[in-house]
Amino acid sequence: MSSITTRDATPRGFPLSAYMTCLTGIVWREGLRFLHQRERFVSALVRPLVWLFIFAAGFRQVLGISIIPPYETYILYEVYIAPGLMAMIQLFNGMQSSLSMVYDREMGNMRTLLVSPLPRWFLLFCKLLAGTAVSLLQVYAFLIIAWAWDITPPPLGYLTVLPALILSGLMLGSLGMLISSGIKQLENFAGVMNFVIFPMFFASSALYPLWRVQEGSPYLYYVCQANPFTHAVELIRFALYGQINWISLAVVAACTIVFMIGAIYAYDPSRGLARRGPAGGEG
Amino acid sequence: MTTPAPIAASTESAPRPDPAAVPALSIDGISHAYGPRRALIDVSFTVAPASFTALLGLNGAGKSTLFSLITRLFGIQTGRVGIFGHDISQNPGEALRLLGVVFQPRTLDLDLSLTQNLLYHAALHGISRREAAARTAELLGRIGLADRAGNKVRDLSGGQMRRLEIARALLHRPRLLLLDEPTVGLDVKARADIISHVRQLVTEQGIGVLWATHLFDEITGNDDLVVLHQGKVLAKGPVGRVIAEAGAQDVNSAFMRLTGAQTMPGGGA
Repeated sequence: MSSITTRDATPRGFPLSAYMTCLTGIVWREGLRFLHQRERFVSALVRPLVWLFIFAAGFRQVLGISIIPPYETYILYEVYIAPGLMAMIQLFNGMQSSLSMVYDREMGNMRTLLVSPLPRWFLLFCKLLAGTAVSLLQVYAFLIIAWAWDITPPPLGYLTVLPALILSGLMLGSLGMLISSGIKQLENFAGVMNFVIFPMFFASSALYPLWRVQEGSPYLYYVCQANPFTHAVELIRFALYGQINWISLAVVAACTIVFMIGAIYAYDPSRGLARRGPAGGEG
Repeated sequence: MTTPAPIAASTESAPRPDPAAVPALSIDGISHAYGPRRALIDVSFTVAPASFTALLGLNGAGKSTLFSLITRLFGIQTGRVGIFGHDISQNPGEALRLLGVVFQPRTLDLDLSLTQNLLYHAALHGISRREAAARTAELLGRIGLADRAGNKVRDLSGGQMRRLEIARALLHRPRLLLLDEPTVGLDVKARADIISHVRQLVTEQGIGVLWATHLFDEITGNDDLVVLHQGKVLAKGPVGRVIAEAGAQDVNSAFMRLTGAQTMPGGGA
């Protein structure tokens, strides 16, 4: 192949630096857009804080928490749900990024992205990383406020949780992207809230430890166990205390790969988008 | 999807072929259907480098579908699209880097500045930040918007946005430029500006242009013309020849004759 010369002067393919330029460009744009949407940042923070300040305070007396790994002492309910709320931030952000892709596609911005000569899987991966980067900003802002509320994981935990957050952010982002490829219009996002976000959040270990769920309903326990979101929460929970939950890591990594391949497949021109018919003003 | 494309065959690589011999854009037997509805039926034509080719058709003729196929937003069902000999399905990277597009709906980030929009596009093409900054400043100067560089795109007029989109499409120095009804919704002055700007690109920079339109008065005597109607190419060639073959006086009456003939059996081109 290397002996084949092109008719134009430009060399074939792209150097690694072009990929890096593209990646930073996409992350940079996503960051700029995020900064322009202050309401989005505020609501992304208010949501988990409402849970933390109100829900957790109310439930503190109702739900006692025994000593379960990774915790070494009895903990307050607030401390227990903090990792779940971090994952919730990422869940909402992943779905919101998917919303922005539907919006982008309607506005035509998605076209700008997809006519880039770089491989499409790479463009979508950059988009996912950009969404994850935005979710990291939100999660760390939440952690700062939570710290003032006496949720104080070990200092090193703030660092060790980072890789876990990147992985869970990618998983939830690619799930959102996969779902967005099947959404035609913005209105359908309400359906995503009802059928994806709420079930995923409530049928998980975010709000209550699974052993308590098992006491209440063995059936629900299995649903929670099979829910990838449970494993995102547990991965974050353990990482925040400098530990690795290997099962959760495996599940989250596997789900990330599956969702990502699915999303890239769905955005392949010869498959997903092609079936959908004209994207904009047909004429 | 079918046979491997004879792209830049090694046999002819030693003597550089005459660039005019390789069409900037070649559409070869393209058909496309949305379920049972056939949007394009066996469409074939070429756009030569440094030429202005008008793709004339009414709304619904299939122009936007064709653009979506050329830009790889849709997968090709039947036929081939080549950009300077690079097959869009087989070798999308090489094909897309030679292609600049202005889509019919606006595709700018309204809340970002002019410069930020252009830098984002440059990044998508892997152009380094320094180089991108230089090109951005140069292009903004050329379209007369240098003093607005830091403004939000939202504050621009319709004509200015179009100019910016054309500048953006040129940022990675493509050799083929597609424009999908770029003057829709613009006033007379803005329309004239855009048209003369694009024609200048053809003569001065040798860019091949495919200009989709339903407005007859945007076509001049030296252009190449492709008449697309209900998904079929009814006529193609230099404007003068298309008019003469239709036995008409001008583009308008030629178009009416051609599309009128279409309603008769076997009237397809």
